[in-house]
Amino acid sequence: MTTERPPSQGRRLVALPATVWAAVALPFISIVLALLVGSIVILASEVIVPGHPFDVTLPVTAYAALFEGAFGGLDPIVNTIRAATPLVLAGLAVGLAFKAGLFNIGAQGQFLLGALGSVTVGVALNQASPFIAIPAALLAGMLAGAAWGFIPGFLKAISGAHEVVTTIMLNYVAVSVIAWAVSGPLDQPGSPSPITAQVGNAALPVIIGRNGHLGVLVALAAVLAVGWLLFRTTRGFEIRTVGANPDAARYAGMQPRLIVVLTMSLAGVLAGLAGATVVLGVTHYMMASFGTTVGFDSIAVALLGRSSPVGIVFAAILFGAMRAGAPLMQIQTGSLIPAELVDVLQATILLFLAAHEVIRHILKLRGVKAGLETTDTIARTYGRESV
Amino acid sequence: MTSDVQVTQAPALEMRGITKRYPGVLANAGISLDVRPGEIHALLGENGAGKTTLMNILYGLARPDAGEILVDGTPVEITSPHDAIAHRISMVHQHFMLVPVLSVSDNILLGEEPMAGPIFLDRARAHRRIRELGKTFGWEIDPDQRVESLSVGWQQRVEILKALYRNARILVLDEPTAVLTPQETKEIFAVLRRLRAEGYAIIFISHKLHEVLEIADRITVIRRGKVVGSRTPAATNEEDLAEMMVGREVNLTADRGTSHPGEVILRVEQVRVKDDRRSEVVQGVDLEVRSGEILGIAGVAGNGQDELVEAIVGLRRPSSGRIELAGRDVTHAGPRQRHRLGVGFVPADRHRFGLVLSFPLTDNFILTDYYEPPYARGIIRNEAAIDARARRGIRDYDVRTPSATVTTGTLSGGNQQKLIVAREFDGEQRLLVLDQPTRGLDVGSIEFIHGQTIAKRDAGTAILLVSAELDEVLELSDRIAVIYRGQIVAVRDGRTADKNEIGILMATGGSGASGSPSSPAA
Repeated sequence: MTTERPPSQGRRLVALPATVWAAVALPFISIVLALLVGSIVILASEVIVPGHPFDVTLPVTAYAALFEGAFGGLDPIVNTIRAATPLVLAGLAVGLAFKAGLFNIGAQGQFLLGALGSVTVGVALNQASPFIAIPAALLAGMLAGAAWGFIPGFLKAISGAHEVVTTIMLNYVAVSVIAWAVSGPLDQPGSPSPITAQVGNAALPVIIGRNGHLGVLVALAAVLAVGWLLFRTTRGFEIRTVGANPDAARYAGMQPRLIVVLTMSLAGVLAGLAGATVVLGVTHYMMASFGTTVGFDSIAVALLGRSSPVGIVFAAILFGAMRAGAPLMQIQTGSLIPAELVDVLQATILLFLAAHEVIRHILKLRGVKAGLETTDTIARTYGRESV
Repeated sequence: MTSDVQVTQAPALEMRGITKRYPGVLANAGISLDVRPGEIHALLGENGAGKTTLMNILYGLARPDAGEILVDGTPVEITSPHDAIAHRISMVHQHFMLVPVLSVSDNILLGEEPMAGPIFLDRARAHRRIRELGKTFGWEIDPDQRVESLSVGWQQRVEILKALYRNARILVLDEPTAVLTPQETKEIFAVLRRLRAEGYAIIFISHKLHEVLEIADRITVIRRGKVVGSRTPAATNEEDLAEMMVGREVNLTADRGTSHPGEVILRVEQVRVKDDRRSEVVQGVDLEVRSGEILGIAGVAGNGQDELVEAIVGLRRPSSGRIELAGRDVTHAGPRQRHRLGVGFVPADRHRFGLVLSFPLTDNFILTDYYEPPYARGIIRNEAAIDARARRGIRDYDVRTPSATVTTGTLSGGNQQKLIVAREFDGEQRLLVLDQPTRGLDVGSIEFIHGQTIAKRDAGTAILLVSAELDEVLELSDRIAVIYRGQIVAVRDGRTADKNEIGILMATGGSGASGSPSSPAA
C-alpha cells in the first residue's frame, strides 16, 4: 500500500518545512518591512523639518550609522552586548511563560523587583569578598523576581485571575515599592535625591572591552538552562503541554495549576536576574525612579524570537544593537533623525509580526501558520477563563 | 461517467470534469456527477476521498481548477453560496448551521429577511409561509419556538425547511443521519422520499452503506478524488460498495466471537455527576464491567455519557456515588493514578483531550507515560526511548506518517485516532474506556480499531464502549446498557438485542412516543 502524505502547507517562495519557514522568514520579513517603513519616516522628517537640502540617501546614511554604532568596533559591540544582556534574560521570562500559554506582561515589575533585591544585598555586602557578594546579590535578585512572578501565578491557580491583568497591576506596585525602598530604608544619607549606596564588591567584573560585564555569561547560561528545561526534561514537557493544550495535560495526569505557578515563578527568576545584571553590571546603584523599559521591550524580544531560547538571543541582539547604535545615528544625521527612531523600528517590527496574516496575504504566503504559537497565545489566553 | 441507469430526464444539475488541486494533493481529479429532478443520488466515499471538496465547489466555497457546473443544462458560475442559492442549490450541513437561541423562523429568515418597507421585517408573511411549508410534510411547526429546545431530528427539519423556503430545487445533504437515532433516520428518509416525489433533485452524502442502499436511486463512489463507479442499489450490495470505497476487500462486521467474562474490573455505584453548568446530567448510574467483556453504552449524544466517562477516567469528580477499579475505591483518584492502575482511555474529542496537535508524534506517544522509565530518568527525558516507542507504535498500529517527528496535526483523523489507540491499548490494561472510538473515521480505520478492541477483550481487558453509532454498539458489545437522561434505562444481551427496541429506548427512555416537536434535545 502506498504511504499517505499529509497535505502540504501551501505555496511557498522557498520549499522549507512550514515551521522553519515561520521561524525564520516571518521575523526576517517583518524586520525588512520595518526598515522600509523607517525609511519613509526618515524621508518624511526631512520634508517636515525646514532648512535642510532634501537628501534621498539619508535613510541609507542613517541605517549605516546605526549599524556602525552597534557593530563598528570593539566598543560598539560591547555596548550592543550590554544592551542585549537584560533583554535576553527578560525575553526568556516572557518566552518561557508563552510556552506555558501565559502572557507575562509583568516582566517589567519582576525586573524592577530583581534589581531592588540585588541592590539591597549588594549594598549590604559591598565590603565582602566578591565571591560571596556577587552570587548572593544575584540570588537575591532571582528570589525577589520569583516572588513577583509567583503572585500572579498563584492567583491564577487558585482563582483563575488572568495573568495579564494581575501582572500589569503588579508592574505599578513594583514602581511604588522601588520608590518607597530607595527613598526610605535604602536611601543614602546626604545625597540630594533619593539614591542607594554603591554595590561595591558585589559589582559584576568587566570581562570584555572597557565595560562588558559578567552578565553576558549569566544570560548565556540562562539560555542554555531554559532550553534544557523546556526540551530535555519532563518538567519542560509539562510546561509545553499545558501551554499547547491544557485539557490534554489534565488527561495526561499533569497538574496545570501547579505548572502555572511554577512557570510564573521561573519567569520571575529570569526577569529578576535581568534586573540584577543591570544594577550589578551597569549602574552599580539604584535611583527612586529607575528609568528602563527592558521589561516591556522583552515582550517584543520574545515575540520576535518566537519564544525559542535561541531565537530570543538573536532578537535581543537586534534590539540591543539598535539601542547601542542609535546615538551615533543621531550624531551623523546632524540630529535630524533622533535616536528614538529605533522605537519606531521596534514597534513596526512588532506590528508586522502581530499582523503576520497581512504579510502572508501580501506576499501570497498561503498556509504558513505552523509554529506561530506566541502570537496565538496572546489571542487565545484573553478568551480563556481559567486553566 | 459510466452508468447503468436509464436516462429518463435531463439533469437538474451536472458537474463535468471537476478538478481541484491543492498543493501536493489532487482533491478532485475530473469528477463528473449529475442529479435529475425526482432523484436521490448518493455520493459515497471515505474521508479524504474528495466529497467535501466537490460539495464546496458546488456551494461556491472553493473554485475548481477545471470543469464546469450546469444547472438545467446551462453552464453557471458559482463563486459564493449566494450564487448557489440563486441557482436554487441548497445544502444541509452535517453540523447544523442554526443559531440555537433564535427562533425557528429567525433561523429560516436569516440572510433572506422578507421586508415590509425599508426597515421592518414582514414576520407575519414569513410565519405563514413557514407554517404552510411545514404542513405539506405534516409537520406542526411553531415558528416562534427556540431552536435549542428542539430535538436533533427536528433541528434537521428546520434546516430542510430553510432550504425549501429559499426555493431550492437541488438539495445537498451532508451525512444527514450521522446524529440521528434509527427512528429519526426513518422519519427523515420518509421526508426525502416525499421530496423526491415532488421533483426535487437530491444529493445524499454518506458513508453508511445500508442507508445508501435503502434510499438512493443511484450511488456514485469516489476514491482519491476520482469516480470509481456508479451503481443502482439493485445491482450492488454492501460488500461491493465497501470494496469500491476502500479499494480492497473489507470485513464489514467485526467477528466478535464468544466472550469469557471474568471478575468484575469496573464497578460504578449510584454515581451522580454534574456538567460544566452544574446541572446533574448523570443521575445515579450503576454499572459493572468484567474482564474479557465489552459493555456498550448506547444513547443519543448529550444524555450524560460524556460526563459519566469523564468521571470513570478521573477527569471529573462525581458529586456522589462510588467507583471501584479491580476492588479498589478510585472515586477520588486522579487520571494518573487510574492510568497506573491500568485504565486506558480513548476520548471522544481527540483534539481536546487525546492529543497535542502541535507536538510531534513522538511526544504524543508518551503523553501519559512521559514521567516514567524508560522515557525519563529522573526529570531528564530519554529521547532514544521515546523515539523507539513512537516507531513501535507507528509500526504495530499502522499509523501512516512520513516520519515520527512530523507535527501530529498534519495526520488525517484516522491516523490520529490510530496513534491514540496505539498509546492507550499498549501494555497490560485492566480497563479500556472507548468514547466514540471510530467517530468520523473511514471504513478501513474502523475495521482496524474494531479488530484491536476485540483482541484486547480476548486478552482479558474489560472494555467500556460508548458510541452514538448504534450499529457499532450492536456489533461489538457483549452487553448493551442504554443511557437516557443520565440514567441506565435498560441492559440487554449484545447478541440478541433488537435494534428497534434499543433505538426506541435511546429516544424515549422506554416510555412515551417519539416524534413530538417539543421533545428536548436532551
